[in-house]
Parts: sequence; C-alpha cells; structure tokens
Amino acid sequence: MLNSVQLYPEKSNDELLSLLKEMWTIRFFDEKVDEFFAKGMIHGTTHLCVGQEVTATGPCAVIKEEDKITSTHRGHGHCIAKGADINRMMAELFGRSTGYCKGKGGSMHIADVEKGNLGANGIVGGGIPLATGAALTSKMKQKDEVILSYFGDGAANEGSFHESLNIASIWNLPVIFICENNQYGMSGSVKEMVNIEHIADRATAYGIPGKVVDGNDLIEVMNETHEAVKHARDGKGPVLIEAKTYRWKGHSKSDARKYRTREEEQAWKEADGIKRFRDLLISEEIVTEEAADNLRKEAKQEVEDAVKYAEDSPEPSIDTLMEDVYA
Amino acid sequence: MAVISYIQAVNAAMREEMEKDEKVFILGEDVGEKGGVFKATEGLYQEFGEERVLDTPLAESAIAGVGIGAAMYGMKPVAEMQFADFIMPAVNQIISEAAKTRYRSNNDWTCPITIRAPYGGGIHGALYHSQSVESLFSHVPGLKIVMPSTPYDVKGLLKSAIQDEDPVLFFEHKRAYRLVKGEVPDEEYTLPIGKADIKKEGEDITVISYGLCLHFAMEAAEKLEDEGISTHILDLRTVYPLDQEAIIEAASKTGKVLLVTEDNKEGSLMGEVSAIIAEHCLFDLDAPVQRLAGPEVPAMPYAPTMEKYFMMNPEKIEKAIRELAQF
Repeated sequence: MLNSVQLYPEKSNDELLSLLKEMWTIRFFDEKVDEFFAKGMIHGTTHLCVGQEVTATGPCAVIKEEDKITSTHRGHGHCIAKGADINRMMAELFGRSTGYCKGKGGSMHIADVEKGNLGANGIVGGGIPLATGAALTSKMKQKDEVILSYFGDGAANEGSFHESLNIASIWNLPVIFICENNQYGMSGSVKEMVNIEHIADRATAYGIPGKVVDGNDLIEVMNETHEAVKHARDGKGPVLIEAKTYRWKGHSKSDARKYRTREEEQAWKEADGIKRFRDLLISEEIVTEEAADNLRKEAKQEVEDAVKYAEDSPEPSIDTLMEDVYA
Repeated sequence: MAVISYIQAVNAAMREEMEKDEKVFILGEDVGEKGGVFKATEGLYQEFGEERVLDTPLAESAIAGVGIGAAMYGMKPVAEMQFADFIMPAVNQIISEAAKTRYRSNNDWTCPITIRAPYGGGIHGALYHSQSVESLFSHVPGLKIVMPSTPYDVKGLLKSAIQDEDPVLFFEHKRAYRLVKGEVPDEEYTLPIGKADIKKEGEDITVISYGLCLHFAMEAAEKLEDEGISTHILDLRTVYPLDQEAIIEAASKTGKVLLVTEDNKEGSLMGEVSAIIAEHCLFDLDAPVQRLAGPEVPAMPYAPTMEKYFMMNPEKIEKAIRELAQF
C-alpha cells in the first residue's frame, strides 16, 4: 500500500509491483520489436508505444477482467495491459500460426476475446464507435461492464470520434474515451492540427466530463480513470480522459522524426513514467533497488522467451488463408 | 528521355501542374514537410509553400469533402488519401457529392478534383494497407478511375486528371512506386483518360490487365514467347468508364482472353470487362473468358507465406496463359 499518495482503487504491494513489471514488459516488448524490424526479421510496419506505458497500464489496472477495451494501431501496450499472452503476440508479429490472428493480422490487429480486448485496429479512429457499441450491449444486457476506448490525438479529428461521443452521451453509455495525446499524428503536431489546448475540452461540446491527466503519472492516470469508471458504472454515462504523453520512437519504422527536435524528445524521456513509478515504490520501501532490478530482468527475459516461442512456431499453412471469412 | 520511377512520375506530374496553374493545390495527411508517407509530394511543400501544400488533420471525409468544395468553387485540388484503405470515411463525399455535382446542378457546378491513393499489396502492409478499392467506385457514373502501370502513363494521365473538369480517382500501386521504372519524355505531354493502351502486340492469347499486374503479364508473355505462344497485352489504364472499343478489339484479335487483377474475383471490375466481351465478341471467341484474381477473403493477410500466395505474380499468369493456349 502506498502512504505518500492516495491511489484508487487501493492496490497491495504485490499488485503495485506487478504493475511496474507490466510496464517494463510493454517497453521491452516494443524495444525488441523495434530491434527485429531493424534487422529485417519482422516485416511490414509497426507502431511502437515506448514512452506510453503508463497510459496503457493505468486505465486497464482499474477495470475488472470482464470489462472491455478497444485499442489502436499503436496497441501492443494495451494488449499486454489487458492481459494478453506476449508469446502469442510476438508470434503474430512474426506471422506465425500460433499468433493471436494465426498470422493473418500482424502488429496492428491483435484481438483477444478471452481477455476482453475487442482489438487493435489498423484504421485510425476505427475502434471508437466499436467501444461505444460494446457499451450499448453492456447497457442493453445490463451487464454492469464498462468499455475503455483507447485512441490517439490524431483520431480525435476523425468523424468517428465526434459521432461516438455524441451517441455515447445521449444514450448514457458506460464507455470511457481515453485519448493518448502523444503530441503527433505521424508528422502532424497536435499544436497544428487542433486549435484548442486540450482535446479533453471537446467533452463539453457533448455534455460529458472531460479530464486532462499527466500521462507519465501512473497514480494520476489510475485515479482519474477510477473515477470515470465509477461514473460510467453508476449509469452516469461516458467520460473523456486526455492523457498527455509522448511516443519516444517515430510514428512507424520509416519515420526519421524530422518534425520534432531531439531536445523535445529528451525532455519527455526524462519524465519517463516507468522510472517515476519505480522511484515511488522504492521511496515508499515497497521494493528495494535490487528487487526492482530483478523484476526488470524478469520482464526482459519473458520478452526473450516470447521471441523464442515465436521463432519456434510454425508458419501458417496456406489452407488457413481461406478460413474465418464466414461463420 | 529520362528514366524515372513510378513515384517520381507522380511527383513530376503534380509539380508541373502546380507550376502551370495556380489553382492546383495539394491536401492530405503528412503531404507537407514530410512529403508524404511514400514521398509522392516530396519537395513540393518546400517549392510551393504551405498555402499550396496543406497538411490536414486525420479526417479523410473532410480531405475529400473540403477538396470537393474547393473544386466546385474554382480550385483544382489534388487530395491524397494516405492509403487507399483509408478512403472509406470519404466514400460518402466522393459518391454522394463529387460524382453527382454536375448532374444535380444542371451542369452549373463542376467538380474538378483529383483524389490520389496508393493501393495494392506486396509491401507486407497486412489487412489495412494492402487493399484494392477500385471496384467500390467503378459503378458510379460521374467518376473517372485511372490506374496506370508505367511512369510514362502515370505522368501523362495524372496531368490529365488534374486538368480534367470532372472528379478523377487516381489509384497508384504502392509496390510499383520504386519497383517500376521507365522512360519519360523531357518535353511536356498528357495522355487521354478513357483510353486503354496496347502494351504488347501478339497473336494467340489476349491478356487484359492494369496496374502492377500488367508488368507481371509482360514478364509471363516474354517467357512464353520462347515457347511459341504469342501474347497480346492490353493495359486498361482507365478502369472506369472502360474503353469498350479497345477491349472488343483486343479480345477479337486472338479469341482467347485472360483478365488479370489483384482484386478478389467476385465483383471485381474484370466481371464488367468480361461482360463487354460476352456482349460483343461471342463469335470471335475460341475459349471461355478466364479471370485470374485474388482469393475471396476480406483483405490481404500479413504472414509472408499468405501474402505471397495472395499476390499476383508472373508464374500464375504464365500458367493461366498456357492453359488457355491449350484450350
């Protein structure tokens, strides 16, 4: 239990440590993917969430297992945070038959029914209406489940965002819209693409609460999401949360990041949310430096094991190409 | 004559039209300083400035719609859809507005917009970065759809598209961007929209295709030439409205016709080509018209083995031509 700060919902020391480890897993997973892309061992393209671990882990840490999420093209972190098996994730990126989509989908299309992940999505803004629809199901079937919809600042300019917020508002649906504002939609700076300071301010236009949070502060992200989830579960309708964050890497593997400065990148790296949470746990004497290092190593090893699993997995047979088109 | 790549031809056509006509401007995602994901607009922002090369938010419906409005009121916009797969939110604007503007306004308003989009697979883009979308639009009078195969055709046809008084969808095969190179005259030229082009004269089998598949057909034909099978190859270039006369002539010439597309077979525009041949060439045919196309699955899968199986290639075409020759 934390003493210096109030965290909702309260988490045991073991739970706090597993959150720290999960964020490391997310980081190492994507760093490994980056490495394999550079080596040409994974092909296609990928979108890495290095630097955005807090906004993946925090919201998923306050919802129940049966609650659902929709994710984005930058979705590895969301998948891991919602409990995905990193072996099957890595296998999908390797295009292997043991992957989440049997090799058909790749990086942008990991869905996990068992864990309540309605799927990453290769279309920007594609998941927002789906989350709203899932929330409609929850309401119609009186399931008491909430849906978290992850999307980026770029998606907040798509029609699907605006249409969904309005519908969720008028129908009072239990959906939390989580905008991971990582400052750039590919090369488009949010400062140039949005003429207001906070995307969360758009909530006002739809008559729902909008909150801005520091996306590198796990405690703040969790507390605000917790409150939003409570609001939605109490039948008071949707909430828009905007988490200010930063993707440390380029948009995708082919991005030289000419649209931003190295100084800006460095400043965000110094605000690293994983380090911040680790330091908090150490200062609260929940973990020693040594034990934290061991946890970090464990996470790294698990990612290595996932690579091994993927490499050892068979390629999909061509016959499966025609499967899963219809019921 | 200079040898340039397919994408350089795209770039050169836009540059020349922008130099000539101040009404021509570009809008799309990351088309400005970044020069586009595939570098189609590289250097244009630097040369013509931000007034004429507009980076837009991620909002495809508005990219098309704003372009259409600007075109109606006297500009000549060239709108870029980052991937053909992303055109879906813009379909309403394209079909409901662009295609019908002239007809519904008693010919008072026109819509001289060009909408460019990279289509097709073979770059490991997986489900949402590989699709062929032409048949979604090739049933909509009011639109013209150009799908060139060579740098020469790209340049001449894109210039014509920009100059055209009606909306033109210009689909560029993204795998061809750097793969396909060819000679382009130094002096200015345009090519007529609506005209197919004989890419190779032959006597035994007629292959009708477009885009990247055309090159695969040329490769197959060259190989079969040694075996004494002479292939006649017609490049549709404009896939809507079709050049009926050229299709009838090419089909009648050999009496054995193979139609090749990367799109999935059922409902592809090759069905229409086939119908034209059935209506006009019955007594000239020596074999049933054959269609070679992609499999009936929702999108191109990610795994390398599956993508390879899905993609058209010279071997598939060679086999189909040989079978037709033996009929």
